[in-house]
Amino acid sequence: MADAAKVGDHPPFLYGDYRSTIKRSPKKDLVAIVRTLSEATGPGPAWAEINEDDADLTTNAGTGGEALGSRTIVTGRVLDERGDPVAGTLVEIWQANAAGRYVHWREVEFPAPLDPNFLGVGQCVTGEDGSYRFLTIRPGPYPWGNHPNAWRPAHIHFSLLGPTLATRLVTQMYFPGDPLLELDPIFNSAPVHSRHRMISRYDHGLTTERWALGYVFDVVLPGG
Amino acid sequence: MPKLPLTPSQTVGPYFSMKLKPVDVLAGADVPGRKVRVEGRVLDGDGNPVEDALIEIWQANAAGRYRHPGDTRAELPLHDAFTGHGRVHSDFKTGEYAFTTVKPGRVPDPAGGLQAPHLSLIVTARGVLLHMHTRMYFGDEPEANADDFVLRRVPAERRSTLIAEVVPNGETPTYRFDVRLQGDGETVFFDL
Repeated sequence: MADAAKVGDHPPFLYGDYRSTIKRSPKKDLVAIVRTLSEATGPGPAWAEINEDDADLTTNAGTGGEALGSRTIVTGRVLDERGDPVAGTLVEIWQANAAGRYVHWREVEFPAPLDPNFLGVGQCVTGEDGSYRFLTIRPGPYPWGNHPNAWRPAHIHFSLLGPTLATRLVTQMYFPGDPLLELDPIFNSAPVHSRHRMISRYDHGLTTERWALGYVFDVVLPGG
Repeated sequence: MPKLPLTPSQTVGPYFSMKLKPVDVLAGADVPGRKVRVEGRVLDGDGNPVEDALIEIWQANAAGRYRHPGDTRAELPLHDAFTGHGRVHSDFKTGEYAFTTVKPGRVPDPAGGLQAPHLSLIVTARGVLLHMHTRMYFGDEPEANADDFVLRRVPAERRSTLIAEVVPNGETPTYRFDVRLQGDGETVFFDL
């Protein structure tokens, strides 16, 4: 089975409740290879030039106005499987606005308002301690067409380009206590034992008085 | 020491293009090497084009060196204008993708030989819960391909899924590489 080799902590390629996987999932076995220089290198370190403003999604639309919504700090550390910090990882995020609307031309069926002061995209590079930090607004849930009355729980898309090709990770960060999580086939595609790792942790110490709520999301990359 | 459990992968979804922008010219005019164009489609299990696929490219430069601290062969040149990284989106109507780059040089293999010229590709899309690693080899390198460290470990009947065809055309040498996610001729994906 194609999925056997990689199951571990990740979702299988085929997860029937998420319909789009049915025709897009490989059926043949993955071919195991000995890593060569091609896999022991990767594009992450080439992306050192990041503007600090890119990590503030509440203002990076560049309009001079602030995004509407519940101001939210999202921070955490990127670690390898040994628990060591992974410095220099490019972290790119994208998300819906507070009303659950994406700034994307394909989003045409959900009549929620756009926010002219919110693009919903950000990026930063992890520091020597593996840490990253974004300031954003809490995204809203939104409907999708997978099944009748389907709603995605609030989430932030994460793309991480670590030090090598083998450390690539694309995932989604969720919020604790969201009643939509248990109904969501994408969240549930991850094995029972690992899916909770995609739920951020509310941290009252990180929450800033009269300013923003704080959530912590640590990420462990494969391939170390 | 016990390993930390991994953060699970999730799909890149339908809206990744708002952030993960295309970089489809990997090498401009001033980058040394033989300019090539790569084009193709991503196809699903019914042979239909995948209209929202993301392909990420990683490659050595024409001298066979990676722009990465792990490639310590300082005797080989690097070029400021070439990172070796690209990103392309399949076209929403046709599923076609394309990019231009330089043909990479040969890089060492762990057995002391040289690998055939190749591009490392990461393929993902809406409906793909875990991105897939593959490689593209060049159809006009039959000798190097036959001796390649990685390709030789792929079942013989599936190797052709990793080799791009030369497309006869005028100016820029062009290679066609379709990625089949499922079904007849399913592309070989690697477990790194």
